[in-house]
Amino acid sequence: MAGRNVAMREAIRRALQEEMRRDENVFVMGEEVAYWQGTHRVTRGFLEEFGERRVRDTPISEMAIGGVAVGAAMAGLRPVAEFMTINFAFLALDAIANHAGKVRYFFDGMFKVPLVYRAASGWGNQATASHSHSPEPIFAHFPGVYVGCPSNSMDAYGMLKASIRDDNPVLFTESIALYPKPGPMPDDEDTDYLIPIGKGDIKREGTDVTLVAYARGVDWALGAARQLAREGVEAEVVDLRWLRPLDMDLVYRSFKKTNRCVIVEESLPMYSFGSEIAALLQENMFDYMDAPIKRVAAEDVPLPYSKEIELLALPDAQKVVDAVKEIV
Amino acid sequence: MASPSKEMLLDWYRQMVLIREFEETCHRLYEEKRITGVYMHLYSGHEASGVGSMAALRPSDHVITAYRDHGIALILGMDPGAVMAEMMGKKTGSSGGKGGSMHLASAEHNFWGGYAIVGGHLPLAAGIALEARYRGSDDVTMTYVGDGATNNGYFHESLNMSSIWDLPVVWIIENNGYGMGTEVDRASGQIELHRKAEAYGIKSFGRVNGQDALEVYDIATQAVDYARNHGPVVVEHVTYRYRGHGVSDKQYDAREDMSAELREWMECREPIKILRDQILKKHKGVKATLASHEEEARRIVKAAVEFAEASELPKSYQELFQNTYVNSNLVHKTDMSVGAGSD
Repeated sequence: MAGRNVAMREAIRRALQEEMRRDENVFVMGEEVAYWQGTHRVTRGFLEEFGERRVRDTPISEMAIGGVAVGAAMAGLRPVAEFMTINFAFLALDAIANHAGKVRYFFDGMFKVPLVYRAASGWGNQATASHSHSPEPIFAHFPGVYVGCPSNSMDAYGMLKASIRDDNPVLFTESIALYPKPGPMPDDEDTDYLIPIGKGDIKREGTDVTLVAYARGVDWALGAARQLAREGVEAEVVDLRWLRPLDMDLVYRSFKKTNRCVIVEESLPMYSFGSEIAALLQENMFDYMDAPIKRVAAEDVPLPYSKEIELLALPDAQKVVDAVKEIV
Repeated sequence: MASPSKEMLLDWYRQMVLIREFEETCHRLYEEKRITGVYMHLYSGHEASGVGSMAALRPSDHVITAYRDHGIALILGMDPGAVMAEMMGKKTGSSGGKGGSMHLASAEHNFWGGYAIVGGHLPLAAGIALEARYRGSDDVTMTYVGDGATNNGYFHESLNMSSIWDLPVVWIIENNGYGMGTEVDRASGQIELHRKAEAYGIKSFGRVNGQDALEVYDIATQAVDYARNHGPVVVEHVTYRYRGHGVSDKQYDAREDMSAELREWMECREPIKILRDQILKKHKGVKATLASHEEEARRIVKAAVEFAEASELPKSYQELFQNTYVNSNLVHKTDMSVGAGSD
């Protein structure tokens, strides 16, 4: 029997807590993870349960957070390092891309780097330009670091557990907008519920068009699919879940059936998730293509403060419906 | 003052002449295009800095450095043949030809590597030391950092983190006067680099003559002891690089002031000569041993070159992709399609 509905924030908290109970080598570090109880309350209660040794407040030092996690992981621990928001992870891009993702390679397999970087991500809520990014594709650009981006509670739970147990570095992004969203969970007893790294999921079956999305984009795609269904168009929603590795076989199987595709993402449109999926589709599925591939992404602009124009910049279900109507 | 035994001093001499022979051979092979690659930063001139300080460690301690890493690797006892093969990008190289000159490492020697991004290894050092603290071990992490890196954010963030967490790190600043081509006083507001420790409440053991292995060792024993029992320390070794920033550095040919400065260091502050004089002053009947170490260094490096040159280059796609990930049977040639067929 499935567990009760919980918010995605709680699903992540529970996964992390259970993994820390299971494995003494797992510890968390980051800004405000201990005494503050986590900026997004994901580590609520952790300090009390696990103590300062395993729940480590850091200074505001993203370069060090990124790199200390690499060293600790190489030496045999399993750090879960939190970037309060993914915007601050830009400061740690060298630690992530050049070190976490490469030490195993440039020492030809001598070391493992079993770490997870967690980062809250996403646009909106009048957070203004420098705090409003969904830049997962930037981090997915580099081989060596897996990137996971869950869209609901059950996936977040199973994906984070798989990430912590994997011996490779994983950047795990958590859409701030999805933190309060309730969703079903695995059976309460099943603390080994794992979603394999790189495995996507069909969130809704359909025959007329494939909507490819991840994280918050999945909600927009599902919203669009419900609206389209009322107008007689059946959309299939593919949630890739991981940006690296990318489950393109799942996309290809769907596309062979629908022959049409709209890619939905919260991130920016240039050099993007959408660009990559569209490129791979035209390279590999040209014979199945009945219409141009369409992309729905954020507008190509820094995000403003003011509410109305902020919303203009964001994708939504209606923009997905409009894109689908151009090709069906 | 710590007083190393005759055997220790002779062993330091062995290490220093081996490093010099290895580095000068690398330089010659680069000039002859038998070693290719853009980056190679030689430890000639730095020998006493590494040899004297690492003599203060025990085998379970950790070592990490930047890209001027050949000397550190040899001091730890890495096989010179595997190191030379790495220079040539061979399969038998210590990093399988994947890393090259700047990425030597040896897990069995607790050598966590040479790193190529200035300052990039400093938080890794803190993380390695954190693992020791986490498990209640008193092993220290000896971390070499160039003068140039002390101006970079990694340095400041890592020193600060090591301080608040009392991490057992010995931060050794190898101040060779230049960050690439920029003199320390043009790059750093504080030219006594060890004083940067004060900003983070870290104990400093001050400036050491990095050309004098005995002085380096004396301070290193105190610094290691302090780190083992209390927390991070900073030591500044004043040293000099004999072969410029890297093998492609042509400044010393172009600038008379720099070439004069180099000659002055080589004539007056030559680390191997300083150690040799110290040994001969203190111990009788060791000249034959010193000569045999010199002879042995030539033999070892010659054999290393022969081994490296006889080794094969990696050539396949399988070799290109392997060890990007651990046990990744779901990733084949790229991450762009999971399970998309066979290799």
